[in-house]
Amino acid sequence: MDLSTTYLGLKLKNPIVPSASPLSRTVDSMKRLEDAGAAAVVMYSLFEEQVAHEATELSHYLSYGTESYAEAVTYFPESEVYNLGPEEYVELIHSAKQSLGIPVIGSLNGISPGGWINYAKRIEDAGADALELNVYYIPTDPKLSGHDVEDRYLEVLHAVKRTLTIPVAMKLSPFFSSFANMAHRLDSAGADGLVMFNRFYQPDFDLDDLEVIPNVILSTPHAMRLPLRWIAILYGKVKASLAATSGIHTAEDVIKMLMAGADVTMMCSALLKHGPRYITTVLTEIRQWMLEHEYLSVKQMKGSMSQRAVADPAAFERANYMKALNQYKIIV
Amino acid sequence: MKRRMVTIDGNEAAAYVAHKLNEVIAIYPITPSSNMGEWADEWSAQGKTNLWGTVPSVTEMQSEGGAAGAVHGALQTGALSTTFTASQGLLLMIPNMFKIAGELTSTVFHVSARSVASHALSIFGDHSDVMATRTTGFAMLASNSVQEVMDFALIAQAATLKGRVPVLHFFDGFRTSHEVMKIEELTDEDLHAMIDDDLIRRHRARALSPEHPVLRGSAQNPDVFFQARETVNPFYSEFPSVVQEMMDRFAAVVGRQYRLFNYFGSPEAERVVVIMGSGAEAVQETVEYLNARGENIGLLKVRLYRPFAGELFVKALPSTVKVIAVLDRTKEPGSPGEPLYVDVVTALTESYMSDDFPLKQLPKVVGGRYGLSSKEFTPAMIKGVYDEMKKLRPKNHFTVGINDDVTHTSLEIDSAFTTEGDDVVCAIFFGLGADGTVGANKNSIKIIGEDTDYHAQGYFVYDSKKSGSTTTSHLRFGPRPIHSTYLVDKANFVACHQWFFLEKYDVLKYAVPGATFLLNSFYGPEKVWDKLPRHIQQQLIEKKIKFFVIDGYKVATESGMGARVNTIMQTCFFAISGVLPRDQAIEAIKNSIEKTYGKKGEQVVRQNFAAVDQTLANLFEVKVPDKVSSTMEMPPVVSEKAPDFVKEVTAKIIAGFGDTLPVSAFPNDGTFPLGTAQWEKRNIALEIPVWDESICIQCNKCALVCPHATIRIKVYDAKELSNAPATFKSMDYRGPEYKGMKYTVQVAPEDCTGCGICVDICPAKNKSETKLKAINMRPQPPIREQERVNYDFFLKIPEIDRRLVRVETVKGSQFLQPLFEYSGACSGCGETPYVKLATQLFGDRMVVANATGCSSIYGGNLPTTPWATNTDGRGPAWSNSLFEDNAEFGLGMRLTIDKHTEMARELVHSLRISIGDTLVREILEADQSDEAGIYDQRKRVEELKRILHGVDTPEAKNLLSLADNLVKKSVWIMGGDGWAYDIGFGGLDHVIASGRNVNILVLDTEVYSNTGGQMSKSTPRSAVAKFAAGGKPQAKKDLGLIAMTYGNVYVAQVAMGYNDTQTIRAFMEAEAYEGPSLIIAYSHCIAHGINMTKGMSNQKAAVESGHWPLYRYNPAFTAEGKNPFKLDSKTPKIRFEEYAYMEARYKMLTKSNPEEAKRLLALAQEDVIKRWALFEGMAANGHGASSKTASPVAAMPVETSEN
Repeated sequence: MDLSTTYLGLKLKNPIVPSASPLSRTVDSMKRLEDAGAAAVVMYSLFEEQVAHEATELSHYLSYGTESYAEAVTYFPESEVYNLGPEEYVELIHSAKQSLGIPVIGSLNGISPGGWINYAKRIEDAGADALELNVYYIPTDPKLSGHDVEDRYLEVLHAVKRTLTIPVAMKLSPFFSSFANMAHRLDSAGADGLVMFNRFYQPDFDLDDLEVIPNVILSTPHAMRLPLRWIAILYGKVKASLAATSGIHTAEDVIKMLMAGADVTMMCSALLKHGPRYITTVLTEIRQWMLEHEYLSVKQMKGSMSQRAVADPAAFERANYMKALNQYKIIV
Repeated sequence: MKRRMVTIDGNEAAAYVAHKLNEVIAIYPITPSSNMGEWADEWSAQGKTNLWGTVPSVTEMQSEGGAAGAVHGALQTGALSTTFTASQGLLLMIPNMFKIAGELTSTVFHVSARSVASHALSIFGDHSDVMATRTTGFAMLASNSVQEVMDFALIAQAATLKGRVPVLHFFDGFRTSHEVMKIEELTDEDLHAMIDDDLIRRHRARALSPEHPVLRGSAQNPDVFFQARETVNPFYSEFPSVVQEMMDRFAAVVGRQYRLFNYFGSPEAERVVVIMGSGAEAVQETVEYLNARGENIGLLKVRLYRPFAGELFVKALPSTVKVIAVLDRTKEPGSPGEPLYVDVVTALTESYMSDDFPLKQLPKVVGGRYGLSSKEFTPAMIKGVYDEMKKLRPKNHFTVGINDDVTHTSLEIDSAFTTEGDDVVCAIFFGLGADGTVGANKNSIKIIGEDTDYHAQGYFVYDSKKSGSTTTSHLRFGPRPIHSTYLVDKANFVACHQWFFLEKYDVLKYAVPGATFLLNSFYGPEKVWDKLPRHIQQQLIEKKIKFFVIDGYKVATESGMGARVNTIMQTCFFAISGVLPRDQAIEAIKNSIEKTYGKKGEQVVRQNFAAVDQTLANLFEVKVPDKVSSTMEMPPVVSEKAPDFVKEVTAKIIAGFGDTLPVSAFPNDGTFPLGTAQWEKRNIALEIPVWDESICIQCNKCALVCPHATIRIKVYDAKELSNAPATFKSMDYRGPEYKGMKYTVQVAPEDCTGCGICVDICPAKNKSETKLKAINMRPQPPIREQERVNYDFFLKIPEIDRRLVRVETVKGSQFLQPLFEYSGACSGCGETPYVKLATQLFGDRMVVANATGCSSIYGGNLPTTPWATNTDGRGPAWSNSLFEDNAEFGLGMRLTIDKHTEMARELVHSLRISIGDTLVREILEADQSDEAGIYDQRKRVEELKRILHGVDTPEAKNLLSLADNLVKKSVWIMGGDGWAYDIGFGGLDHVIASGRNVNILVLDTEVYSNTGGQMSKSTPRSAVAKFAAGGKPQAKKDLGLIAMTYGNVYVAQVAMGYNDTQTIRAFMEAEAYEGPSLIIAYSHCIAHGINMTKGMSNQKAAVESGHWPLYRYNPAFTAEGKNPFKLDSKTPKIRFEEYAYMEARYKMLTKSNPEEAKRLLALAQEDVIKRWALFEGMAANGHGASSKTASPVAAMPVETSEN
């Protein structure tokens, strides 16, 4: 039985790739993922904004209150070096590459063109096999048009592609007015892969303190429906590899995504919940399912339920929406 | 080989050589010497090696006494060892210095000489400390300038190795220790050429070793001690020539020739000044100036003061000398003269009596004092001395530089006299501590020093406040070496970096005609003229000053620099002053930015570059009109309502004219009135809190946490509002206890520092717009006047009757008048809320012993004090003795009060017939456990005094003088962790063991905050501090646990930001406990590298992480058969890391040494777990028992955050 697949031009032994999460914060835990059967690993995201913020913040607090009072002209000893750039991250990639046999995909989350290129290059130089660009961008400015927003994604991709030789995947949000067109534009601009979708963690309210708080909720299996639909729609229409992420919790979820047309499926919440060894379980179950259903390879099932492969392509479109609603009885 | 020119200060110069030439260094922080230890520690932490390729071991000790002991031990076992100190620190080293010298041990102590505390503490420079060590047997070598500090540090080491007499190498605190100068750096080759390695091996050979054991340090009896003491004489006779030999060797190697006594001036001078220290430089400058104009005078610089080579001294004088003035930078009350003067007289007399008197006549010798506590010593004063020497009978035992109108010792001087040359650029910059002016100027000096052939000098003056402080930078650049060891008072360039200084200071007073004035102005070149005060306009016109403005605030904001205008103003300086070609200067500034901030990340460099680039486009020259048009005058310094002393003395000090006050203006025993901070309206807050009564829930938390007592709350009768100003706010009191009364939260607008901690703590939010609370920060200037009127009105509303208040509650406590207000502590200080709380609860019957440190500085540094009195004139009686003895000092107060109370009670008893049985019984049996009891007792004592006034017997008079002790007094011993955990721990331990009724409040910031954040034993594991640059490897000392082992000490650990009710309970219980009490209070601090507005959140996190468990140990419960220990905080619910990485002190290690940060963090987490298990066991089973070892982190949330 052949579980192998190709993602971003990388030959992978199976389609399970842990996505960016705390599990890739140490070489040890990445090693556990590999031992459990992961085909590649996406590193946790390096936030360009955070790196810049940490540097200014540290500089601010180390100099705060200095040169104000004769007895305490400073408050901290001077260190010869501060690792204020992405050194720690870069070093981790480097170590991971030394210890792991599977491909290591860097993940970069940035906002400025300068930061993107600089950090992306550092990640490539550290030995990453590919780079995932995670554009965490909430356009809140009412004057910014949808087109402007799309251009921004493309500018980022162009800039990075110009500098890097390793493959580049774009991790996307579904919130484009014409997602298929956006995918097409990115594909044309040279994206080696599209990762669908980024989960924007939505803020919550604390009703006792009346404050907006971050509230991390792990994904549920329902979340997979959105990428399932879009992968099925895009399969065969773009050159780029397709990666499914969000809500993939079971072997069945993986199989569905592959059938929709995904080259790889990325797991996060399920691994945080069950631990790295859960990959082994899922792989066993996939094999079992394929055996029972007489599938020989992943290649065979890939895209088999995509929009262009199913009997009823409209099932992915508006009609499907109408049908779904009609299944409910409205009780007044 | 060519030596590098470096631009450094005296401390760095001394530390540079000391670190190169030693193996073991023991240190302890004390101003102004701390930086030497900091440099040594930093260099060793960075792996810098000494001359022989090994990294010196640097160890912080618990006190200077400890440092000297450690050095003594290190020397005895053969190490090259040194230490750095000053002032009281040096005094603590004296016993060891006698030993070290008595044992003929080679070492050099580097001392930045500082005043010893007498009528007052002073951190500034004079020779009172080094003069107190004259009898130790140490040689004493004085450096006068930064270059000499480096040179003499080496000469001293070479000499002590050869001559075996230990050397105290000293230079003037601040004037030299902190003066930044361009100097030539000695090379390793120079050092090797001076230090004979064979002598080091001989030093080692003399060491104690079991391989060739000896006994050193015997006890001797009358039969032999004397003779044995005289054995060292040959070494002392020889030592001056050893030092001269090393000076000569130094001249051969380096080229600078020094002599034990260096003479400057006319070879036929008739008038000669003898002096040592930095003042000698100014005298040299004056002598050169006056001799060039026809005078015939000279100067003898004393380099080696001990052993005093009298014969050589006399020979160094010109034979023509007729009058000598010996200037001492110290005072020895009651002596025949100050020490150098006495030595000179002795040397001359002995020489005169010998057969070999080299002078033509025995000169007249007069002595004078100058420059105590860094008092300015200027060419005008020096000329005054030479002029005095012309008189037939020159004044002896004079003072110069002050106006002594009491004993008339002072000399007249012509203050217009100056020696500043035209070729020197003198610049003066007025900045705010927070705006980075000093740092920028230090940079500018480095740039000029290193990029040009100019000589450069910088000296920086800070006021005594820790928030909103004004800094003045004095810079000189010129083609000739600079000997001007005094402040710039005639400047070619004046820069005012803050607009609001214009109404506070006469900044152009210093500008010479034709000078350049740079102003950071909100207003552009077209509008600025109309906004200037009259005195500024006037001087701009009269002195034909070139005037430039820049809106540095705007440029700083736009380039992301916030309030720091440093880079911007520095760029302006170079652009206008022409010291360097503009392009070269810009490039140099950028290089220096890269150098300074490069390691702190690209972002910081980019911001600074942006600031430089935007500066020139925003810099404008202003066309100065011909006529003064402004009517704005400088406002009075203090209110007309202030007491006379405040108006006549305090106000002058506030305004910067303290130098003009005569001797008669001051109390002769260091006693000052309380409540003076209220007159110093500093107006430093850009924003102040404004109360919204429609939202307020009357919790009073804002007032509790306010570090400056500038949020006040009163509950009062509605009729008080009849004359209220129109904008005065009030609301009905909500609770049943004061039903029908009114309630007001009022801000002191001119005293608030704008920290915002009150807004952060306010729990009440606006229901329609949640960003608004019951208090909100608003710009101060538009509401200043209105709120000033409101605050004045508020203060006149009567204080509540203390008997009606539930003082043990947060709410109740804040209705009580704080008797600690408007201190100069840091904005958002974590210590002062506790101090203030203590005064609210007990202030009217409180005596305070305050350890030296932050609290003694914001509590007692002139010009004003925050300690205040109530309307009855009662308040905390406060004093500071020393750093190391505070617990003992407080205990002494307790012993007196107890004794005097006992005597008063005895007298009441013996005078019972005159007093009357009822009153006697009531007085002696009074219950004073609450406010009502205290009130009643005060009434009884008043009645007692009334009766006693009518009884004319010695007993009655005695009782009158002691009667106040019949009202319960509360003794408070306060200080920081440096005192309580380290230097004062021995005393603290003894005092709590005494069983006496004292209350000890430890304001625990976990570092020596006042001296700039050095590690104490309270510093937590994994935190970075000075002297723990690599993160503190050991766990924090548990002072509370140690105190609990006595069993009879009340101990509480509190953190107001986590549980304010527990804090107040602890204060009440501690005070009520009839024995020793110890409260350890978590005090967030600027030295933690935190957002000071959110300090209370840091406190909360410290407790929630288990780093700072809250507890109370009350021995009173033991007697009742209960467990005395109560744990007041909950099981840790966040990991230590989550708390720690809110603070730069922990976070910075993750950036400087990530691996070590992880290791120490894991250990710190273990510390938390172990301590919690112990405390939980104690809470469950009584003191010392530990029933559980389960990990509290088992219950902590795991990391689930995703990106």
